[in-house]
Amino acid sequence: MRWTMIKAVIRIDLYRLFKTKDYWIPLVILSGIFFVLLPGVLLGSLGLAQPSPILGQIGEIVGTLPDAIQRNIQGDDPMTRASYAVAVYLLAPIAIVVPLTISSAVGANSIVGERERGTGEYLAHSPLTVGEIYIAKLIASLIPGYLAGIVGFAMYSVVVNIIVGSQIGRWFFPTAGWLLLVLWVIPPFIAIALALILRLSAQVRSAASAHQASSLVTLPVILMSYAVASGLLYSPVISAAVAGLIAWVVAILLLVSGTKSIKRERLLGVSADT
Amino acid sequence: MKDRMSHAISFSSVRKTFGEVTALDGLDFVAPSGAVTVLLGPNGAGKTTTVRLTTGAMIHDSGEIRVLGLDPLTDGDEVRARVGVVPPKPAFYDQLSGWENLKFAATIFKADEAQAREAAVRFAIDDVLDQDVGGYSTGMRTRLALARAVLHDPEVLLLDEPTAGLDPESARAVLDLISEMAERGRTIVMCTHLLHEAEGIADQVILIEDGQVRASGDPKTLVDQYMADPTVIIDAEDRTMLRIIAELDGVLSVRDEGAFRVVLDSTDRIPDIVVELVKRGVRPTRIDPLRPTLEDLYFEMQRAHREAR
Repeated sequence: MRWTMIKAVIRIDLYRLFKTKDYWIPLVILSGIFFVLLPGVLLGSLGLAQPSPILGQIGEIVGTLPDAIQRNIQGDDPMTRASYAVAVYLLAPIAIVVPLTISSAVGANSIVGERERGTGEYLAHSPLTVGEIYIAKLIASLIPGYLAGIVGFAMYSVVVNIIVGSQIGRWFFPTAGWLLLVLWVIPPFIAIALALILRLSAQVRSAASAHQASSLVTLPVILMSYAVASGLLYSPVISAAVAGLIAWVVAILLLVSGTKSIKRERLLGVSADT
Repeated sequence: MKDRMSHAISFSSVRKTFGEVTALDGLDFVAPSGAVTVLLGPNGAGKTTTVRLTTGAMIHDSGEIRVLGLDPLTDGDEVRARVGVVPPKPAFYDQLSGWENLKFAATIFKADEAQAREAAVRFAIDDVLDQDVGGYSTGMRTRLALARAVLHDPEVLLLDEPTAGLDPESARAVLDLISEMAERGRTIVMCTHLLHEAEGIADQVILIEDGQVRASGDPKTLVDQYMADPTVIIDAEDRTMLRIIAELDGVLSVRDEGAFRVVLDSTDRIPDIVVELVKRGVRPTRIDPLRPTLEDLYFEMQRAHREAR
């Protein structure tokens, strides 16, 4: 792998994305809704709510959590405890859903997009190996999603600490579980989704088909990661670390096989079988 | 091996199909090192496929290809590093500037920024490098594509219909590049169906049709082979009177193409024909011995092969 060349492809892809406002503005809005607006409204409503049936129901949900979790939930009154539980445990999947969605949208377009623009012809005639192109495209697709995840996570932390932290009396977020989730578990899950989506992107004939096909990959991965993310926050830290490690191994295996899965001809805009 | 090395490119019985369609059907040709080879052929003849197979961007079904002594399938990375390609419709990252596109190419081909800048100056595109390529005209895009293709000083340059849709000035830039690179001993392969532009620069002409080589050789040899009989274009004030030409001595054939295209057994006949026409009351307005162009040659070769089928 020649990383100077790979970095050049990554740089040009990211720069192109940055200059295409129509593409990234909706992604920023998506992040804003999921990381700031939705939690802000939800947690803010809980903070302002008077004792009500809804609050009672949330209290019941919190009551069903395992004892070990119950002991970790902070707050002196039911309202604060409900807010804490929602912020730390129930909204965890947001951290996975948003970056995965963004990276999938970018990744689905990456290889088929080169073909549609005609720039794939240039890459096909270049000394870049298909493996290098694959890795470059994967990293260039992963970065926007993961960056959105990190920035969104930081904003979510601020929202949670302002709303819930003020009730508890101190800033408490992010917790160890969330840090592990964001820094160790989410990247391999994005990589797994992208490893599969890039293969699809190299097979289909148009960007529209790529986006449709990528949803077949993205939805199961989102559901799986949703379950894993939720579960990990309830588990001991060591479990999360092991789960992350397994995800990394799967991601690396998929990446290695992915580097060999793309045919150079597919960059040219012609099918090998037509 | 020595023979292969003297040829920058060699195709031996190369076959390539796309499903039911046969793009190349046992293509055989060599492009000598340091020479300009022009691939002539109608659309769909297999010219673009030939370019794509040369760099290993596409995989052939059978046959053997060697480029600079290397197999593009197994040594494709090295082949592509030593070859420059100008595709028929050069594509760029349109949201980025010309300079950003060139800098990207320089990194991929291990050239430095000075070489990229030099290539831009060479094709007079340096003053618009900070503009986004999306705003470039067709001519500017082609100039940028040329700069991008040669900035790493390739040993072989493949040009696929490089002058299609260009203004005369940009087309001239393409032809100047070919001449200049050929003088420096580089190997050029140019695909075209715009024959007049290959005039004077081709060391070798290869006519491809239906994925096969129909004829090849240096232009003079091909002219001698396919257009051995001299041709003269004759026109007159009263064109109907020219019909008598067919009766004159030494005239092999006459074709009415607006003016009359007359094939003779010798150029020595021309003065006699003029005298005879005047004697019969014809007032000639044009007596134009035809110096065969590549275009004439191309159509003559095509006609000869159709008749031979």
